[in-house]
Order: sequence, then structure tokens, then C-alpha cells
Amino acid sequence: MESNFEALAEAWPRILDGLWITLQLTLGGALLAMVIAVVLGLGSRLHNIVLRGLCRAIMEFFRGTSLVVQLFFFFFVLPQLGLALPAMVCGILGLGLNYGAYAAEVVRGSINSVPTGQWEATTALSMSKSQQMIRVIFPQAWALMIPSLTNYLIHMLKGTAIVSFITLADLTYHTEQLREQTDTFFAYGVSLVIYFVIAYILTLIMNALEVRAKHRLGRGESLREALTPKTPETAAAEGGRKA
Amino acid sequence: MNGLWDWDAAWAVLPELLLAFVQVTLIVTVLSTAIAAVLGLFIAILRMSVPKPIAAVITFIGDFIRMTPIVVQLLFAYWTFLTIEPLTIGIVVFGIHYSTYMAEVYRAGIDSVPKGQWEATTALSMSKRRAWTAVIVPQALRATVPALGNYAISMFKDTPFLLTIGVVEMVRAGLTFGGNNFRYMEAITLAGVIFLLASYPTSLLISRLEKRLAYNY
Amino acid sequence: MPTTTDPHAAAGDGTAAAVPAIRFENVEKRFGDNVVLKDLNFEVAKGDRVTLIGPSGSGKTTILRLVMTLESLSDGYIYIDGEPLTHELRDGKRVARSEKAQKQIRKRIGMVFQQFNLFPNMTVLENIIEAPVHVLGQSKAEATKRAMELLESVGLPGKANAHPLQLSGGQQQRVAIARALAMDPDILLLDEVTSALDPEIVGEVLGILRHIAETTDITMLIVTHEMQFARDVSNRVMMFDGGRVVEEATPDVMFTNPQHERTQAFLHAVLGSGDGHIGTH
Repeated sequence: MESNFEALAEAWPRILDGLWITLQLTLGGALLAMVIAVVLGLGSRLHNIVLRGLCRAIMEFFRGTSLVVQLFFFFFVLPQLGLALPAMVCGILGLGLNYGAYAAEVVRGSINSVPTGQWEATTALSMSKSQQMIRVIFPQAWALMIPSLTNYLIHMLKGTAIVSFITLADLTYHTEQLREQTDTFFAYGVSLVIYFVIAYILTLIMNALEVRAKHRLGRGESLREALTPKTPETAAAEGGRKA
Repeated sequence: MNGLWDWDAAWAVLPELLLAFVQVTLIVTVLSTAIAAVLGLFIAILRMSVPKPIAAVITFIGDFIRMTPIVVQLLFAYWTFLTIEPLTIGIVVFGIHYSTYMAEVYRAGIDSVPKGQWEATTALSMSKRRAWTAVIVPQALRATVPALGNYAISMFKDTPFLLTIGVVEMVRAGLTFGGNNFRYMEAITLAGVIFLLASYPTSLLISRLEKRLAYNY
Repeated sequence: MPTTTDPHAAAGDGTAAAVPAIRFENVEKRFGDNVVLKDLNFEVAKGDRVTLIGPSGSGKTTILRLVMTLESLSDGYIYIDGEPLTHELRDGKRVARSEKAQKQIRKRIGMVFQQFNLFPNMTVLENIIEAPVHVLGQSKAEATKRAMELLESVGLPGKANAHPLQLSGGQQQRVAIARALAMDPDILLLDEVTSALDPEIVGEVLGILRHIAETTDITMLIVTHEMQFARDVSNRVMMFDGGRVVEEATPDVMFTNPQHERTQAFLHAVLGSGDGHIGTH
């Protein structure tokens, strides 16, 4: 027991380095994925059939070919074509393209579910295409897409655990190293708990974004209200107000 | 050795990929889906029939499994049960991991059965048990078939994670071939193509099924 | 101003009324095989308040949506102030006008919808100043000043910073009216603006519209089931059935002495009274 924790304490700086790699991949991948999702999601709604078809094809391609295959393609095959990218770039590209393609479908679907009346009102006010999207439609679609985007963000975090195969020493890699000094259960227990905590924090952040987005649409309480701990008195007061 | 694409290499690696596809990828997908479907339903119903604190514990364990990487879970199981074959470990870990997703799907499915259906079973004096088995679960299941299909596809595309515990699935077979021949292009590309050819038509099929199965209450 | 080739345009303000604000010429609208409007011709003069009545499915709302370019025209032409809206006749051919040209005309037209369609991601004030600032290029201060006046005039002076979904239906519709007026439209389209409201608040919305009708010279095209409102506000009523105008008259004539049997039957049905008259008060 003693030696488990001693080994952990000794390995802790390296585990933090690994965690930093994991976070870079997750956040870098998420940023790239969001850009790709918006471009492909909007592109798949275009009137131009060629551009629309192209966007759809790209989406289906990156959704259909498996994350690991894409990561390995960037890392092992591109150098053969004379393009040797750093492993971190390969990782972010692979994660961003794969999950960006999934999220593009979310963006498209959310934009489509903004009620037609909203589109009609923008026409009646003579707003331009970019104005209607940026100022009216997207802000409303944003609130709808957050829960699905949260799911994909967690998927992406979990997907990063494969990157030691493209030479990145991430959290999983360093806990593998830890296993050689500790019990199996202990090493993987530490690893799983750290992943869970990150996933939990990411979920909380996304939930906060959702509360804020909904509040801006006049639904639900503000973020500040949601974060205020409810003492029995205030809860009772709220109940009283409703009654 | 030069050139963008070498057909000889492609023809050489294709049989190995297809063999791995049939022997590992398909088998894992089918068996793990079956485990996830059954175990998920069991978890969903269990959670609804036990006292709240126990249900909360079950929910937490489910969240924990769902929110942590399947790769770490595979390694964990692999090093804990060294005597069990990696392929078997893979099938069980995939099955358990995805059962936590399926449990959520079943719960949503049960929640989505309109209240009127419950009220009708009461009005007909049906027993609780009969209400569940004859009315609620069949309707809930119907709505969950497409989700199960989508998770099966998702699992299918996750099978390369098995290479972390030494299972020779398609990508591992491709990497080995690539390492031996100093050419990764054909092996990795073909693996991707096989994934695409198998998953895209299946997902089209599922979305058609989804439309057909939808109830119009 | 309309093109100078139009003989009426040069006549100046005195006889400008000769150029109709809205003119439908052989308009046809199909949804698939379903012909909603067929060979429709009518004019609305500047400053006119025209109410369209008729059974549901008769194509009244479609007419408003065509004027707002929310639906595409299957055939024929619509002219706004003598200028073709979506299509024009050029060298004997019917050709679509550019989006840019349509946009210039559309700016002069405002619409109030049955379902309000306020933007939930903006406050009441932001809803009203959005288009004046970003479409017409007004300064924010200028647009805000005007918006506050409009909110005052629709009886909601304190609601500038409220969220649309926190308002009642009647309040939302009043904001929607203010939003449409903030664009200073020459033409205002009112599409069943009280149909989604509870009966007891219909009156407050109609009161505001009545006031607008009395104090401005905006051309109004109205679809409503409120016959009393139609009678109070409009100077012309057009009865639609099967995609055609079956009768048109002043409200007094239409509601007291309808000629066409379809009109008689329709008014009898909606008014429920034996003689089809609207009570005076």
C-alpha cells in the first residue's frame, strides 16, 4: 500500500506532463472540431448542390472511417507523401476532423430546428443572409446544440487515450509506466479517476454554457442564479412565490 | 517502393485486412452489441426498481464507465486478467462500456412512453408487471432499436482501440504489414475504406429504420 | 422613387395615388399540384386599408406572404409602387429580378405575424432596433430613441429590457408591431395578428392597430377574422374564395349588403347572427 503511494508521488510530475498533453489534444481538437463543424454544418445547407454535396461527402467520409485510422493516416502515411507533421499536430488534426464531422451534423440539425417563423421575421425586416445567421438563427441554434456537443467533447477526451501509438506521452502512457511500480488496480484507478474528473469538469463548463445560452433566450435562470447555492430558506421563498 | 499508390502492396495487404475484419472486427461488434443491449436493459430496469440511494450508486458507476476512456478500461482488464484471451476481454469491455450508453437509451425510451399509456393500463386494472412487460417495455424498445444500431456502428469504429491490448484487428494488421514493408499508405487507406464501406450503408439503413419505427402518438 | 418610364411617377405627389402601392397581375401560386391562387388581379392604392376575408384555405395569407417574398410566385407579377417585386417582363419574357433589387423594395414593406416571431435571443429593445441599425444603417442612439417612442405608443414603455418570452402573448404582439413600425414601412402586412391571442387581450392589440391606422398613412393589407376590426379600420374589403376575389366593396356595403351568395354564406357563418350584420356600438 505504502509503496503504491510512494510510486505515485514519485511519478506525479510525469503524470501531470501527460495530463497536459491530454488536455492540449482535447482542447485543440475541440477548437478545430468546432470550426469544421460550423463550416461543414452551414455548407451542408447551401443551395449550391455541388458545394452542399461536397460538404456532405466530407462529413460522411470523416465519420465513416474511424478515428484511429485517421490518426494513423496522418502520422504514418503523410510522411510517405513527404508531409511529416509533428505528432501533436497529427493528433489534433485527427481528433478535430473526426469529431468536427460528427458535430457538423449537430450544427446542421440545430439550425434546421430553429422555427421557420424566425427566418420569416428576418426576411420581413430585410436582414441580409449573414445578418440573419449571425444575429438571429445561430444564437438560437447554439443553445440547442450544446448538449450534443458536450457528448462529443467527452468522446474526444476518451479518444485521446490512443495517442501513445503516435509517440505522444499522454496521461494513459504515464499511468502505464506507473503500473510497473504499483498494483495494476492502483495505477489504472488513478488514471480512470483523473479522466473522470476532467470529463466531469468539462461537462460542468458545458452545462454552464447551456444555462447561459438558454437564459439569453429568456428561458431558465441566469448562470449566477443557477450557481447560487439554494439554502432551505431561499428555496422555501421561491416555493412560496410560486404558490 | 516509390509512387503514391502501389497496387501490389494493396493486393498483398487486402486479404490480411479482410481476415482481421471477419475474425475480430465483426465478431467483437456483434457480440459486444448483444451484451450491451441485454446488460443495458438490465441496468435500466434495475435502476428503476431499487431504492433511490442504490439507484444513485448505479447511476454513478454508469457515468464513471461512460466518461472514462475505453482504452484505459481495456488495459486495466487486460493486466488484471492476464490468463484470459485478449479478444474475450475486448468483447466484454466493449459490451460493458456500451451497456452504460444503452441504459440511458432505455431510460429515455421508457420515459418517452406517454403517460396516457400508463393511465390506460390502470384503467384496465392491469397488474404492474403486466403493464411493464406487455405495454411499456415493448413500446420503449421499439424506440431504442435505431439507437442500438447507431451504437453498434460506433462500437464498430472503436474496435481499433483493441490494438492497445495486442488484438490483431484491421488497423493492427495494417500497421504490422506497413512496418514490415515500409509502406503504410495502402494498408491504412484500405482499412479506412473498409470501415467506410461497412458503416455508411449501415447507418443509412438505420436512419430508414428509425423513420419506419417512429410512432405517431 | 419608381422608374421614370412609369407615366404616373412623374406626376408628383398630387396624383401619386394613381400608382397603386400594390398591384397583382395574373398572379398564380401553386404548392405542388395544389393551385392556391389563380389568375389573380387586384390593386391596393396608396394609403388604402384593405382587409381580405374568406374561408380558411382561400389563399388570403398566401397573398401577404407573396408580397413579403416569403413564398415564391408561380406565375404572374407583383408590383410595389409600380416597380416589379420578384419578376419582371423583359423582352417579352418573364424573368426573376435580382435579390438586390428585391431587397430594396422589401425594405419598404413590414409584416406582423400571427405567431409574433420575436427573436428570443434579443431583448425587446434589441428586437426593435436590430433592423433599423443593421439594415437601414441608423445610429444606435437614433434607433433607440425611436424604439422607446414606439414602445410608449404600444403601451409598453417599461418593457425595453425584458425578454420576449417573459411577456404575455398580447405584449409580444405589441412589440412585434413596434418592431415592424421601426422600419418606417410604406406598406404594412397584418397576418391574422390576433389569432394566437386569448380573446380578452385581442382588443388591446386591435386598439393599437386602429390608432396606427388613424394617425399614419401607411398602406395596410390585412388578413383577419375580426370583422368588427375590419369594418373599423379598412376602407375596402375583399372577399376571397377558391383563390379568387368573389366580391369587393366598402366595409359598409360588404357587411350590410353583400351581393355574392358566397359572401353572404361566409359572413353568416362567421358572424353567427341571422342577418349577417355587425352590431354597431
